[in-house]
Amino acid sequence: MSAIEFREVFFRYNEESPFVLKNFNLTIEQGQTVAVLGHNGSGKSTVSKLVNGLLTPQSGEILVNDTKIRTSNVWEIRKNVGMVFQNPENQFVGTTVRDDVAFGLENRGIPRDEMEQRIKQSLMNVGMEQYMDHEPHHLSGGQKQRIAIASVMAIKPEILLLDEATSMLDPKGRKEILATIQTLKKHGKMTMVMITHDLNEIVLADRIIVMNKGNIYLDTTKELLFTHHKKLESIGLTLPFTVELALELEKYDYQFALYPLNYKEFNKELWTSNLNK
Amino acid sequence: MKSFMIIGQFVPGTSSLHKLDPRTKMVTIFSFVIIVFFANNVLSYGWLALFSLALILLSKIRIPYILKGITPVWFLIIFTFILHLFITREGPVLLEISTFKIYEGGVIRGLTISLRFLLLVLVTSLLTLTTSPMEITDAIEELFAPLKKIKVPVHELALMMSISLRFIPTLLEETEKISKAQASRGVDFRTGTLKDRMYAIVPLLVPLFISAFKRAEELAMAMEARGYNGSEGRTKLRELKLTNIDYIAILLYVIINIIFFTLRQ
Repeated sequence: MSAIEFREVFFRYNEESPFVLKNFNLTIEQGQTVAVLGHNGSGKSTVSKLVNGLLTPQSGEILVNDTKIRTSNVWEIRKNVGMVFQNPENQFVGTTVRDDVAFGLENRGIPRDEMEQRIKQSLMNVGMEQYMDHEPHHLSGGQKQRIAIASVMAIKPEILLLDEATSMLDPKGRKEILATIQTLKKHGKMTMVMITHDLNEIVLADRIIVMNKGNIYLDTTKELLFTHHKKLESIGLTLPFTVELALELEKYDYQFALYPLNYKEFNKELWTSNLNK
Repeated sequence: MKSFMIIGQFVPGTSSLHKLDPRTKMVTIFSFVIIVFFANNVLSYGWLALFSLALILLSKIRIPYILKGITPVWFLIIFTFILHLFITREGPVLLEISTFKIYEGGVIRGLTISLRFLLLVLVTSLLTLTTSPMEITDAIEELFAPLKKIKVPVHELALMMSISLRFIPTLLEETEKISKAQASRGVDFRTGTLKDRMYAIVPLLVPLFISAFKRAEELAMAMEARGYNGSEGRTKLRELKLTNIDYIAILLYVIINIIFFTLRQ
């Protein structure tokens, strides 16, 4: 069973504007962690909004857990699809952390006792349990974003969509979020879709989809992604520093079996692939 | 910056007034507002003044703080007193300064009206001093729940209130950021004629409004993504519960009112 499936989807925001997605086909299996990459305007954010029915395509079908999204079942679908947005400030509904996590649960009519329990549990999962009664303006961006993840996790969705969830954070906040996502990945069998334009974030993904001009440009894995480095650069994505360094070193006859994503991998690759030098 | 963010000057505390259910406080205080108008002699006014004083002491909020909180109203209280002093012409003349005559009735009328005013302001400010804005929102939602039957969107209104409360600090921060950004580009907010300063507000308000609308749109999308679909089938995390302290308070309040109505003529 596939978690998310796009079948020949066409989408545009209004009649005059060009199609953001053109004959878009994509299948994401259950339990996969997929990173969707692309520069601004490549249609990557549109993909996530289509999955939970915030937008409806002009033609084509979108299936979540093998059920087609219709206007009649969109609320049912949303129970299974959690979404974290870009701006940490503008998705914080409650006046305190506790109220905010409760918001999604309240919407689904979950009884109070269970709510209390789930709020505690999901705040513990993101390491924010001691901030239960804090107000949003006393939290940092990274903390707010962790609360947003906790709010979504409290609903126990099968699919988690992260729509550029780290793009407005400082490096520290970004690290916090990536660590949180990593623990979630370890614990659950959740399907995760990370929408991002940051190539550093793909370390967590099993599968990488690069989008350009409303369609899939590359469908690959993180190990193989940077073998396509020329293609990536041609659509305006910046390569991670370690990859650029490796490419530069290749000019001097060093070899890399895999393009490293961080310094640790870089060191390992450098001596294992170049033993005979 | 953060210091003037206190809305309705709420002072957190653990006094028995703080512990009361916000609904109890709201109902009693609003009925008190009406009852004040029934006082008609020294005894009944004295009794109400005593009651108000007891409430202030119960709240354990420092009296100077409360008096500071009602500064804008002092002017009004004194103004009404003076107004009544001059326009009421009843009873014997107490004082005569050339064409002005001050009558005994004027003094009495002035005193009673200002006392009435003072009591009203004191007691209602106690409500906002001892109840957090969130509690007030919850209480309003609960108290007005019957209006749902005539299709008043009570829940939606309460949600709007709580979201506005939640975004006040955010928008204040934003205002500060924008005003600094505009000041760095040479907008002068502090000097110039009143007209100049009013025009200087425009480059502050326009970006603020644009960003507020953008926030609203994003928030609406986030709320929808989290399954918000109106009040139907919704449960609530916050629960208002009447406890023993509420029953005692209501009982006391009724007794105070019985005594009040026997005291008045």
